[in-house]
Amino acid sequence: MTLIGARIPKLDGPGKATGETRYLSDLEVPGMLHGVIRRSDRVHARIVSVDVSKALEVSGVHAVLTARDIVNVPFGHGKDNTPLKGDRVRCIRDEIAAVAAETESAAAEACRAIRVEYEDLPPVFTVEDALKPGAPEIHAGRAGNLPFTYDYAHGDVAQGEADSAHVVEGEFVLQFMTHCCMGTSAILAAFDSEGRLTLTSLTQVPFLYRRDMAAIVGMSPEDIRVIQPPIGGAFGSKLDIYPFEPIAVHLARATRRPVRIVFSRHEEFVSSPTRQPMRVRLRSGCDGKGRLTFRDAQLWLDNGGYTSWGATTPFVMMQTFSSLYRVPHARFHTKVAYTNNPYSGSFRGYGNLQATFAVESQLDLLAEKVGVDPLELRLMNSQETGEKTGQGLEFVSCGLRDCLESAAEMSGWRAKRASPALKGNVRRGVGMASMLHVGGGAKIYRSDGCGSVVSIDDFGKVTLVTGSTDIGQGSETVLAQMVAEVLGVAMDRVKVINSDTDVKPWDVGVHASRTSYVAGNSALLAANEAKAKLLTAAADLYELPKGELSLSGGFIMRGAEKVDALDKLVRTLHFTGKGELLVTHSYFEPASVKQDAGFFGNVSPTYAFGTHAVEVEVELDTGQVRVLAVSAAHDVGKVLNAMSLEGQIEGGVVMGLGYSLTEELKIREGKVLNPSFRDYHLLTAPEVPPIHFKAIETEDPSGPFGAKGVGEAPAICVAAAVANAVHHATGVRFTELPLTPERVLNGLIAAGVVRDPLA
Amino acid sequence: MQPEVEIRFTLNGRPVRTHVPPTMAVLEMVRERFALTGSKLACGEGECGACAVLLDGEPVLGCLTPAVDVDGRVLVTVEGLRHKADLAPLQKAFLMEGAVQCGFCTPGMLVAATALLAEHPHPSREQVRRGLEGNLCRCTGYVAIVEAVEDAGKR
Repeated sequence: MTLIGARIPKLDGPGKATGETRYLSDLEVPGMLHGVIRRSDRVHARIVSVDVSKALEVSGVHAVLTARDIVNVPFGHGKDNTPLKGDRVRCIRDEIAAVAAETESAAAEACRAIRVEYEDLPPVFTVEDALKPGAPEIHAGRAGNLPFTYDYAHGDVAQGEADSAHVVEGEFVLQFMTHCCMGTSAILAAFDSEGRLTLTSLTQVPFLYRRDMAAIVGMSPEDIRVIQPPIGGAFGSKLDIYPFEPIAVHLARATRRPVRIVFSRHEEFVSSPTRQPMRVRLRSGCDGKGRLTFRDAQLWLDNGGYTSWGATTPFVMMQTFSSLYRVPHARFHTKVAYTNNPYSGSFRGYGNLQATFAVESQLDLLAEKVGVDPLELRLMNSQETGEKTGQGLEFVSCGLRDCLESAAEMSGWRAKRASPALKGNVRRGVGMASMLHVGGGAKIYRSDGCGSVVSIDDFGKVTLVTGSTDIGQGSETVLAQMVAEVLGVAMDRVKVINSDTDVKPWDVGVHASRTSYVAGNSALLAANEAKAKLLTAAADLYELPKGELSLSGGFIMRGAEKVDALDKLVRTLHFTGKGELLVTHSYFEPASVKQDAGFFGNVSPTYAFGTHAVEVEVELDTGQVRVLAVSAAHDVGKVLNAMSLEGQIEGGVVMGLGYSLTEELKIREGKVLNPSFRDYHLLTAPEVPPIHFKAIETEDPSGPFGAKGVGEAPAICVAAAVANAVHHATGVRFTELPLTPERVLNGLIAAGVVRDPLA
Repeated sequence: MQPEVEIRFTLNGRPVRTHVPPTMAVLEMVRERFALTGSKLACGEGECGACAVLLDGEPVLGCLTPAVDVDGRVLVTVEGLRHKADLAPLQKAFLMEGAVQCGFCTPGMLVAATALLAEHPHPSREQVRRGLEGNLCRCTGYVAIVEAVEDAGKR
């Protein structure tokens, strides 16, 4: 192997490093109008009237739409959202009207001129209040504000309790976090003369998007083409359809002009999905030696005003409660309740940052009770290759033990753990946490597959048409590497086409850390078939034994001898005799299953594991937590592209550090208090600690070249490791994030570690 | 409406002139008057650095700087960083170190780093980290970006 594992620069890099890449906000098409949305400034109210007359008078306005002007089809996982709201608003983001105009400023001016009269309704801001008898009903007919519950169990928790020498119990509170993609949400909708719709969209799931959008805007999916331009970040935020997208379609239909909507940064903070906030009550037990006996989790999720994918994060979280380390008995109960807060979507890790924070915090508490080192307790309960968990997850490869030991070694764990600096104003400590996540997709639809087409033209140039989507993470490059490796050609001989549903075969989309694994296996199938065709043709043509032929350096080789050039052989096939094209196709379906009603089943064909050890410094008199180093070991199966792998790890770790230390979308009474980069603190370059990374190669038997997915993994176990390190440094256990100086100082004062300067 | 003002300046090495309203920002001007869309609008309030451009060699925020301020001066956008047909060493370093993921922050990062390298041709890691403080990135965790700038400083 020559290309697998190498540091191959991204194929889309040069365009991005010269400013030539055109993102959706850089695209203008002839006749294009600008769409702007008028949103609610109330969190729960009846809409008494909407007067658009002044908006229509603004120069340059082509259309002003309200719910009265469109067929408002309910959509989303809960079928509780609509593009425009007609009679009622339920959260601060709600879309009441939309304007298409010649310029963005004219559209914005018209939006401001729309008069909305409201009659406030009693609001609900907490899950506790939402679930009280007699609470205001946020959606008519959704009794008790309880759209979803999730229950899972294996074993017998009562038995687990009886087997326990130690039990710990506690509550964990997780905040709203927002994606902060550097490119804001956007869409361009354009109808052609025959009524077909082209959507230039940032979606991560183009085929599901086409199907769902068709239902919302009253079209047939085959009449919708989705073009995916380069995306300024996604991280899960573009996994669902949000109201602005069908609104753009309605505006384009009403004006017979292409309409583009691009969010302002303020709008992005207020109106795009968030990470799911929640409260987790967890009990964990172990025997006298530290072997886990049970986990019993109850969760309350704030669904906000409408349902997006955040409501389904329990599906992923329960895997961590049931299957991160060996747990003989587990129970999981979740209530998802409507409130008048913003609603959450999917976000890298999909609930697993939250679940892992609770589970891994309690592992340290158990280790303390037993009196063993937290590393020893984790090693004692670590799983191995070949195990099947209580939930039915099958670990065909599992590098968790290696991850634990490697992270410990990189961090200098044993020495630092033995002698924490517990004197003076600045305390140091180390903490660790591990994670388990799907590593090859999740079968939540009938198929979790991906299609590929490989063709070789008569100049020997290889084209891979893949169903998969690149959201900046570099899947295009990794897929090209795999195809180039199989066909024995250089990277610059492979082109990847992945951005047009009129051209590319079906795929679920970018989620569940699936692209390298699923799209990779799919590309390999098609590439291997192309290779077989080439070798068979060469064997026939030159009357050589096929088994002795191979592809290398753009040639068909027999040992070290060049039999024919690849391009020449393809031309021979094309233009002589049978006139055969060198085109192959494949559809790869991973060996995973849809889980049953009790959530049992092997939902992914392979799983990713990782451990982070984090060293922190806590300044007692200010509560400031500084992360000094992160040591991350991840079971990646096999390194495909060392550089892009490191990029995923480093980016994920820093995103996890933001979740741990600074990031919170502050919501008070349903309103966003910090909708700007000034007030929502993303980490900056000087704040990032050294990140040490070791890839654990378990060579998964089902993975492409042995690889498994790692896109989400590095963000997942940061927060628990940070909180465990802060506990090691100060003796104080923090169960709410982020660990801001204010929160930490208050915690230190409450625990009596420092004196209240105001007392 | 206030009358438009004529301005003349050097843009990416070429003398240009245009008319702008006094309220127009440099970012809007380069994107709309000169179709240079490399500089990005990512926040519009001077907090993220994606719109950074070089004005007489100094990095300024395109979203906050009035277009009229460039009259008579030398403006360089990300499109002006390459050396004719070839990429600048810094751009090459960004590619070779994996400093580009989604790429939306990349133009501003390159501009900030170009200014940094002009001031400190061989910067220390800490100088690079400080020099990029005003530029946000959500994909990379900054590690590869810092390495790329350091690497360019060693060439």
